[in-house]
Amino acid sequence: MADPMRVRATESGGVVDVKILMKHDMESGQRKDAAGKVIPAWFISTLNVKAQGNDVFNAQFGPAVSKDPFLNFKYKGAKGDKLVVSWIDSKGDKRTDEATVA
Amino acid sequence: MNKQRRDVLKYSAVFGMMAAAGLISEAQAQAWNKAAFEGKSLDDVFKILGSAPEKSGAVTLNAPDIAENGAVVPVGISTTLKADQMAILVEKNPSTLAALFFVPAGTEPFVTTRIKMGQTSNVYALVKADGKWLMSSKEVKVTLGGCGG
Amino acid sequence: MRAQFEPSCKSIYASVFSAFALLALAQTTQAQTASDGIAKYREMIADGNPAELYEAAGEELWKKPMGPKNATLEQCDLGLGPGVVVGAAAQLPRYFKDSNRVQDLESRLMTCREKLQGIDPQATIDAPFQVGPKKEMEALVAYVVTLSKGKKINVSTTHPKEKEMIALGKRAFFFEGGPMDFSCASCHGENGKRIRLQDLPNITTQAGAALGWGSWPAYRVSSGQFWTMQQRLNDCYRQQRFPFPIYGSEVTIALSMYMAATANGGIVQTPGLKR
Repeated sequence: MADPMRVRATESGGVVDVKILMKHDMESGQRKDAAGKVIPAWFISTLNVKAQGNDVFNAQFGPAVSKDPFLNFKYKGAKGDKLVVSWIDSKGDKRTDEATVA
Repeated sequence: MNKQRRDVLKYSAVFGMMAAAGLISEAQAQAWNKAAFEGKSLDDVFKILGSAPEKSGAVTLNAPDIAENGAVVPVGISTTLKADQMAILVEKNPSTLAALFFVPAGTEPFVTTRIKMGQTSNVYALVKADGKWLMSSKEVKVTLGGCGG
Repeated sequence: MRAQFEPSCKSIYASVFSAFALLALAQTTQAQTASDGIAKYREMIADGNPAELYEAAGEELWKKPMGPKNATLEQCDLGLGPGVVVGAAAQLPRYFKDSNRVQDLESRLMTCREKLQGIDPQATIDAPFQVGPKKEMEALVAYVVTLSKGKKINVSTTHPKEKEMIALGKRAFFFEGGPMDFSCASCHGENGKRIRLQDLPNITTQAGAALGWGSWPAYRVSSGQFWTMQQRLNDCYRQQRFPFPIYGSEVTIALSMYMAATANGGIVQTPGLKR
């Protein structure tokens, strides 16, 4: 599995603020290496977040999302919610991490 | 029913089944929109997303006027509308669509992320509400920072 | 009041002066708008520093049995006692009795990895930045410095070896060399210097030193990498077209000692997030 994400989720007034930091090169496919060859694109393509087993966010990324992607969204939830964050990249590599809402 | 529709239905039925069987996540069920991410212009992407968005004061694009480095440009979308989809487009990027977001019921139509910009360009925040795409845009200047820092 | 349209020397000077003043004001306003814009940009990316990913990896490495001795780093003494990490980075570099020399964070981590885990420092010294053992070092550094965030920079300057290193660091700071006769002071020795849009801190002053020393190591957005102070120094030398310093060498520790001592009293802001 790829490198772990950092997931922070805090609840206030019934709204959970979720901040995710993913470790990924997000190679755009626009760069060339020292030999002049194009470095092929390689990036997280889809991300899914579930809280208590239900989808709370879905994202699709292109190669223009920055390296070590950051994502922040909010959903109606509660302290103690179990979050499961998973992504898949353009090579089929995956990562899943869990977090509990504070 | 034409062949294309049949194929789309066939594939979505398969994805639907696989998702239901827990074999793939919901995100995969909404398969990565290859065509949209390969769009080379605003019009390309608008067409694939369904329609050209209308400008709307109800859509807020949160982005800096100037980015110290085009590799990381913070961009946020928020709206007072009940949006179920959002998108970030960068007019002058090699591929116009940077990211697409799906907002389930119970989730706020709000997102912040960071994108790469190849050069100074108009950035577009799109939201889909009631089947209609709406947008807000602004120019974000991209500078080349110094050698240090 | 004088006749309004009679040009006197005084009024010509006055109008020329005010024209320049307006021009200067316009340029300052433009510069201010740019720097306000940059400030807003930096504020917007401040939350969610990818350095946190390195910090998480570093914490794991600290607690992981490694090397021929299959030991963790949990007994590593960074100056506040074995295993004490909180606040340690704010007091580095410092003199260590067991090695009888002044060490910065990275050289001290190499000592700990050698003594506790049996890992040969040479492999770390030789490795390119961001690769292999240096990659481990970067993660460990991120972890250690995060646990000093918000603390006061407080390096000891009383031990004779510490005094020696401060003096050596100051000399190195002002030492001009390389094909362009640059020194650290060329960029960091005066107020108000800038490279394109980046303000350069004047490291010879407490405020400037605190800004510079206190915000590195940092995640550098332009390279998408976490840079330790050793890498920052290495790259400064590259920009000056000097030969690369050896990783963890005396001159690099001396420079750090000089910067930290000058910065004393400032607040640790690491890990930073930079362009």
